[in-house]
Amino acid sequence: MLSNQEVAEALLEKFGDQVFDFEEPYGLLTLSTTREQIIPILEFLRDHKTYQVIFLTDLTGIHYPDNQDKEFVVVYHMHSFVHNFRIRIKVALAEQDIHIPTATGLFAGANWMERETYDYFGILFDGHPNLRRILNIEEMDYFPMRKEFPLEDATREDKIDALFGR
Amino acid sequence: MADIELLPHNVPSPNTELPELVEELTTLNLGPTHPATHGIFQNVLKMDGEKIVSGEQTIGYIHRAFEKIAERRAFYQITTLTDRMNYCSSPINNLGWNMTVEKLLGVEVPKRAQYIRVIMMELARITDHLICNSILGVDTGAFTGFLYVMQKREEVYEIYEEVCGARLTTNMGRLGGMERDLSTTAIRKIHEFIKSFPPVLKELEKLLNRNRIFMDRTINVGPISVERALSYGFTGPNLRAAGLDYDVRVMNPYSSYEDFDFSIPVGQNGDTYDRYMVRNEEMWQSLKIVEQAINNLPEGPYYADAPEYYLPPKKEVYRNMEALIYHFKIVMGEIDAPAGEVYHAVEGGNGELGFYLISDGGRAPYRLHFRRPSFIYYQAYPEMCKGSTLSDAILTMSSLNVIAGELDA
Repeated sequence: MLSNQEVAEALLEKFGDQVFDFEEPYGLLTLSTTREQIIPILEFLRDHKTYQVIFLTDLTGIHYPDNQDKEFVVVYHMHSFVHNFRIRIKVALAEQDIHIPTATGLFAGANWMERETYDYFGILFDGHPNLRRILNIEEMDYFPMRKEFPLEDATREDKIDALFGR
Repeated sequence: MADIELLPHNVPSPNTELPELVEELTTLNLGPTHPATHGIFQNVLKMDGEKIVSGEQTIGYIHRAFEKIAERRAFYQITTLTDRMNYCSSPINNLGWNMTVEKLLGVEVPKRAQYIRVIMMELARITDHLICNSILGVDTGAFTGFLYVMQKREEVYEIYEEVCGARLTTNMGRLGGMERDLSTTAIRKIHEFIKSFPPVLKELEKLLNRNRIFMDRTINVGPISVERALSYGFTGPNLRAAGLDYDVRVMNPYSSYEDFDFSIPVGQNGDTYDRYMVRNEEMWQSLKIVEQAINNLPEGPYYADAPEYYLPPKKEVYRNMEALIYHFKIVMGEIDAPAGEVYHAVEGGNGELGFYLISDGGRAPYRLHFRRPSFIYYQAYPEMCKGSTLSDAILTMSSLNVIAGELDA
């Protein structure tokens, strides 16, 4: 069984201060890195002889509109079947410069996950073979999962119920 | 007899130049509403005669933006969204979501509720695989088997009705347990199902497993190697058919799966026949789990002692002030969850169904992402059916068990 400590130390040794913000929410090793280092880190974990974190479980984005210059976060979930070890890697991006290298060269499955993330948040994956919208129509001119498009607040109280048949 | 003037045939003289033959590929639209796709998604195939040269999928026809909707909903209201993802096995989605939130809240569910959940999830897995396998039979021309096993799915749906009141979109379970205990009728029906299902499944096996036509149609059709399957993010029966024994129930046991004795079937070639056989064997294993769970059902409460999250029984609400307050707060979605970040995965009908939940301490998730197995492995489809005939491509799709609801979310 691989411990979080061991992998964290190996990553610190290899990437130095390029990996930071180590956390363990609910026992899952979480760390952040820069977009320059994300592909080397994924490759390091995938090709590591003993860790064998070969499986990209999930790739998605998050929008934090209030974080200056870190508005968007891309989250990678990786899994090692040999050690039953999961790891979560985050990369923060600024809204003005919303580019990140693609992981399709490492994992074929990243293709649609990145397209979905682009579709939802407008995050541009550089080098992606076919970065088009996947779930929404291509004519759509906004990115619906961003927080500036809120749904109606279910708790609002300024509506007259009678007008809404309630 | 009058002379008939023979018109000269339009034969080019040997000296005329023949027009050059142009080879062109045919574009074939498979879907979006083709009955063989079993759901609404489109495949634009480039065909050379009857061989598929390349394909491209268009999906999103029933995209309902669940992840966006979830950002405004109280946690208990999101269960109904998960129903509509893999609608062939809704209880797995519902209970998986409830377990995710329980993990965030730190609620420990009593053993009895965990066992009831296991029973419901395994019954759901049986219906899911039963549909997939019998539909595969339909696509190869054996319609009868499908109608025959539908009757058994109906019996499972009757058990759902006893447990949660609904059949397809079940909304089963509550945060902290189940909504009600297993009734005597439900227990009787589960026992009946355990008895009556094996002969039916055996007959389906007899119809297909060693059927020469079925084997000829499925063996070496749409194969995928285990390396490619891992690269594409395959999980569940489709990955196990390729030969890797990854099962979330065993690797990260949830809801007391560690208590049960069952094995994980694996295939070798990752072709349609292996996928069929893996699903077939998994139904036997699921039945085994249901049997163990119902026979060893622990006594005790069926919901956790977490009054601020679990909807109190109606009787309490009418008599007890505190229960009334909690009832009101829960129904109005006034319960705040702690801030945190959770990834929880369950073994869905098609593979690892993951819930990535970020809570900022409010009444609704800040961000919720569903890791939907169908969405991730369906992108391998053009690679799997490249070079095969159209009829084989239909079988490959059918055996992948792509559920449109889960694909688009």
